[in-house]
Amino acid sequence: MAKELKLMKGNEAIAEAAIRSGCDGYFGYPITPQSEVMEHLMVEKPWEKTGMVVLQAESETSSINMVYGGAGTGKKVMTSSSSPGISLMQEGLTYLAGAELPALVVNVVRGGPGLGTIQPSQADYFQATKGGGHGDYQMYVLAPASVQEMYDFVFKAWEIAFKYRTPVMILSDGAIGQVMEKLYVGDYVPRWTDEEIKKNAPWASFGKPANRDHNIITSLELDSAKQEQHNHKLQAKYREMEEKEVLFETINCDDAEYIFVAYGSSARIAQKAIQLGREKGIKVGLLRPITLFPFPKKQVAEFSKKVKGILSVEMSAGQMVEDVRLAAEFRCPVEHFGRYGGIIPTPHEVLEALEEKIIKG
Amino acid sequence: MFNPDIIKPENLVYKRTDVLTKAVMHYCPGCGHGTIHRVIAEVIEEMGIQDKAILIAPVGCSVLAYNYFNVDSLGAAHGRAPAMATAIQRLHPDHHTFTYQGDGDLAAIGTAETIHACNRGENIVIIFVNNGIYGMTGGQMAPTTLIGMKTATTPYGRTVELNGYPLQITELLAELPGTYYVTRQSVQTPAAVRKAKKAIRKAFENQKEKKGTSFVEVVSNCNSGWKMTPVQANKWMEENMFAKYPIGDIKVDGQKVK
Amino acid sequence: MAIKGAIVVDTERCKGCGVCLAACPNQVLALAKNVNSKGYNYCEPIKDNCIGCASCAIVCPDGVITVYKVKL
Repeated sequence: MAKELKLMKGNEAIAEAAIRSGCDGYFGYPITPQSEVMEHLMVEKPWEKTGMVVLQAESETSSINMVYGGAGTGKKVMTSSSSPGISLMQEGLTYLAGAELPALVVNVVRGGPGLGTIQPSQADYFQATKGGGHGDYQMYVLAPASVQEMYDFVFKAWEIAFKYRTPVMILSDGAIGQVMEKLYVGDYVPRWTDEEIKKNAPWASFGKPANRDHNIITSLELDSAKQEQHNHKLQAKYREMEEKEVLFETINCDDAEYIFVAYGSSARIAQKAIQLGREKGIKVGLLRPITLFPFPKKQVAEFSKKVKGILSVEMSAGQMVEDVRLAAEFRCPVEHFGRYGGIIPTPHEVLEALEEKIIKG
Repeated sequence: MFNPDIIKPENLVYKRTDVLTKAVMHYCPGCGHGTIHRVIAEVIEEMGIQDKAILIAPVGCSVLAYNYFNVDSLGAAHGRAPAMATAIQRLHPDHHTFTYQGDGDLAAIGTAETIHACNRGENIVIIFVNNGIYGMTGGQMAPTTLIGMKTATTPYGRTVELNGYPLQITELLAELPGTYYVTRQSVQTPAAVRKAKKAIRKAFENQKEKKGTSFVEVVSNCNSGWKMTPVQANKWMEENMFAKYPIGDIKVDGQKVK
Repeated sequence: MAIKGAIVVDTERCKGCGVCLAACPNQVLALAKNVNSKGYNYCEPIKDNCIGCASCAIVCPDGVITVYKVKL
């Protein structure tokens, strides 16, 4: 596949990937720091290139329900927003999960709570991985740490979404959304034809032909025995994802006596902190979760047997650290370092936190 | 009672359409929902669009409408059906996406989705069943509940001071340039049913011609919520609901009717 | 030329709402004294001067009435 080199923002890379991955529809609402996703789509006019539908909706509530509608008819549809808008979408996300629909939702996280700031944050981890919507459900959550990953993960998202009939979230942050980096893009993947939809999504409500019963897309079940069975089915899906679809990266971990656990922008900063630490003789490495659900529990567990301590680095008051602690099962000290409200930590701060909280502590 | 020679297939005048499933509908005896479902199903059958029709069912008494229509369907979150219909019809422009919504779904929680889908002139059919009450949840006040009407949350009768005015959402929507056909019908007599069917047929024909939003309100009864028999409820509806929600065309072919 | 009509009622599906009674121009219908398995007094014809106009069937919320008609 021919690779073309481009320079663009993370948000624009999401839009570029949508067009090139055969996305059928984008429905969204402006919110800082991710409005460039929809703006780039509007500039590129993919409805002329691929027939993709792009629509600015009247709210995030409406956007996620447009996604729910499109997904229910077997189409590859997506939306993007930032924290306050994602809060509005929680109803739609639990409906998507309950009705078992494939869809992509991008959250370019900003400082909260409430209306908060427009600068980057990672304080939506709980919302994304522990369910912001009601009921027992999960989304497959991907955490890009570069503009290239913003692009690549859109393709991965469609694969997982349709394989498991599940909503997928790309959990980014305002820094990665706004930063400009080199990006390699591939050829256009054509949008599915009606025949391909019928083959790939035979469950979808795209118009009842004479040769089958009518399809119904719903998350309602009034018989609680059946609803329990349905929940078992959903849980089985999530266990399968935990078994087969965990993604992570390790950097400088072979001889590590300490490790950082960090994702997204925090991982980039931790990488520099490793360099600074090693210059001082501290043998530190990085475990970078790429999927936040399913979380790389096995990998954390393995490290907790070998290292003297783990520092979880997040732009939050401490959310992922709970999953790190659970996986480490008290085998080694686990501490959290974070800046919040839109502040981005420096590599020096991160290294200092390792020294103060783990090495000395 | 009848001469058995009359009851033969070649003498058939009317039978229940197969675009309705065989399931027994759970609606209360005499509720207009069943009649309205049947009229829509007959239009779908007569137009030959069963394989293109997509029903979006609301939250309300008709939450299980998808069990009764023999077409591919989706259940919406409360009020969100027009947003779903927007996406579906834009993604499948030759289909016949229609929403079926009650007064709470369309005119309370779903007001924004309703207005904006109409404002964009989405090529969808919206069927709005207005019985001035929230049936499924036990008969509470709706935006369209009349002043003085007793409901579970207005036990002494709705007052303007506490709850404002009955919302004539249909008239509001007719003001939007995106709505092509806006009409108000009912189904309590054979003549009314025939007119309602004509209106619904017109709506789906408009959709085929890609004219924009067709909005069909059907004023209906809720004998359980109103605490009357079905026949009494129909009479009460004619004497009270029709005064606030008059039957007839409001906008045809994009023009307000004088 | 006279028109003779006949109806068949699916008594098990009928909920005894009575709306068809009001719709019939010839007062052919009444609610039975018997009930169906759900406990509803289903509708039944009590006169034979049905003209097959289908008013009852058209207005029935549950579509329980099938209508036939011959010209004699």
